[in-house]
Amino acid sequence: MERMKTLSIQKSRDVDFIRRVEEASEQKVSKCYQCGNCMASCAYTFVYDYPVNQIMRFIQLGQKDVVLKSRSIWLCGSCQACTTRCPVELDVARIMETLRIMSRREGAVSEPDIRTFYDEFLRSVKTFGRVFETGLLPVYNLKARKPFTDLDLAPRLLMKGKLTFIPHKIKGRKKIAEIFERFNVYRLHSSVLSNTQTDIYEEKTG
Amino acid sequence: MKRIAYYKGCSLEGLAAEYDLSTRALCEALGIELVEIPDWNCCGSTPAHSYDPILSAALAGRNLAIAARQGCEVVMTPCPGCLKSLKGAQEIYEHPKERKAFLELVGMEIGGRIKAVSLLQLLYEEVGVEVLQKLIRRPLTGHVIVAYYGCLLTRPAQIALFDDPENPISMDRLIQTTGATVPDFPYKTECCGATYGVTRKDIVGKLSGRILDMASRLGAEAIVVACPLCQQNLDLRQDQVNRYCKSTFNLSVLYISQVIGLALGLDQKVLGMDKLFVNPDCLLQDFERAGNQESHISQSP
Repeated sequence: MERMKTLSIQKSRDVDFIRRVEEASEQKVSKCYQCGNCMASCAYTFVYDYPVNQIMRFIQLGQKDVVLKSRSIWLCGSCQACTTRCPVELDVARIMETLRIMSRREGAVSEPDIRTFYDEFLRSVKTFGRVFETGLLPVYNLKARKPFTDLDLAPRLLMKGKLTFIPHKIKGRKKIAEIFERFNVYRLHSSVLSNTQTDIYEEKTG
Repeated sequence: MKRIAYYKGCSLEGLAAEYDLSTRALCEALGIELVEIPDWNCCGSTPAHSYDPILSAALAGRNLAIAARQGCEVVMTPCPGCLKSLKGAQEIYEHPKERKAFLELVGMEIGGRIKAVSLLQLLYEEVGVEVLQKLIRRPLTGHVIVAYYGCLLTRPAQIALFDDPENPISMDRLIQTTGATVPDFPYKTECCGATYGVTRKDIVGKLSGRILDMASRLGAEAIVVACPLCQQNLDLRQDQVNRYCKSTFNLSVLYISQVIGLALGLDQKVLGMDKLFVNPDCLLQDFERAGNQESHISQSP
């Protein structure tokens, strides 16, 4: 089995990781008793490397590397089914979100295409103030080296008048860019999530 | 009726243009005054959340601050993703420890309390089923339609504070006012594949595939949604889903504002019916026949 790995959980146990996850997500992960409701409710288990209940267990065991490098945390769709059904009322989706943020900051992202898509989305927001859908796709296709993504949709989009070639720039776009600038400074001072810091967009090129 | 701040969000400017058209037309017909938030910006959506909730709060919060300055107490957005960001911004703004960071980033206060609601919530709670019932001009009697809510309209419950997180019924009730048959839809809150339409076709193929499959097994002619992302996955990407599932689904996917608008007798063009990818003719034929009869009558002496 591909997934069968032996972990020496005493050696790789990172107690500080447990604390940081609990603090940043404002959730007591230790309450999880492995009922499996989250996993049973999750629509994404079929693409995960570790089902969501196992992610919760790995956090309790302080297995930072396994958790932050897992594909699951980036494939989670934030659909809130796990959060809705957790019998001890853990906000599981929020814990997954916290892990995504941490994996980004520690340079452990295992789904680079999804990260690229998110980064290009935000770059569009920073530049224009809104997302320029038509401009976003070609840039993503180029960066992810998947030049034909959604090319099949282009003729019909054009026919329906849903392809725009000039981005709508809002008047306050400088204000939006400033929010991003100030956010980069803010990140340097917020230490709960991690002590490794990189600027927005810059981490993947470095 | 009071003035309501309107935050349409980026999708409604592009791929979901008909959601914007039909929302405006419907609200006008119902006497709701929508005030579009001047110079609104993107809420940051899922990508901002992957950096920090505070980034999302700052981007979404700027819009709330502007809306509050306009003197609006309610902001309505047709997009559940935007709604989640707006509510997240309010939560962080009310958080004693995080308000400072919010103000630092946005540089604007959210003056006064402002409530964020979805279009669905506005229709169900502010207009109401009884009022709507009396306004129906062109009933959809005989048509079978399922209501698909997706993930975020009612979840998580303590944030959404609307309908039921497991078995929502608001949209079912609204569609029933048109006279259409609305069977129970077991997958009404199952995820459609969300933002993975571009990055992971297999996810949307499987998840949207089973929603289309269940809807057609129930004999539905159309699926009604209230989310631009759900609509995109089910309608624009229906061919991609068919290729993935080796299926031949041909189900029209309409916005709630379009279906209610049709039943109120609003013009198809005004509702953006021609902008849907899967042809919604199955619901329009009766109207065309009725329309022809009317013109025939008016022409006869």
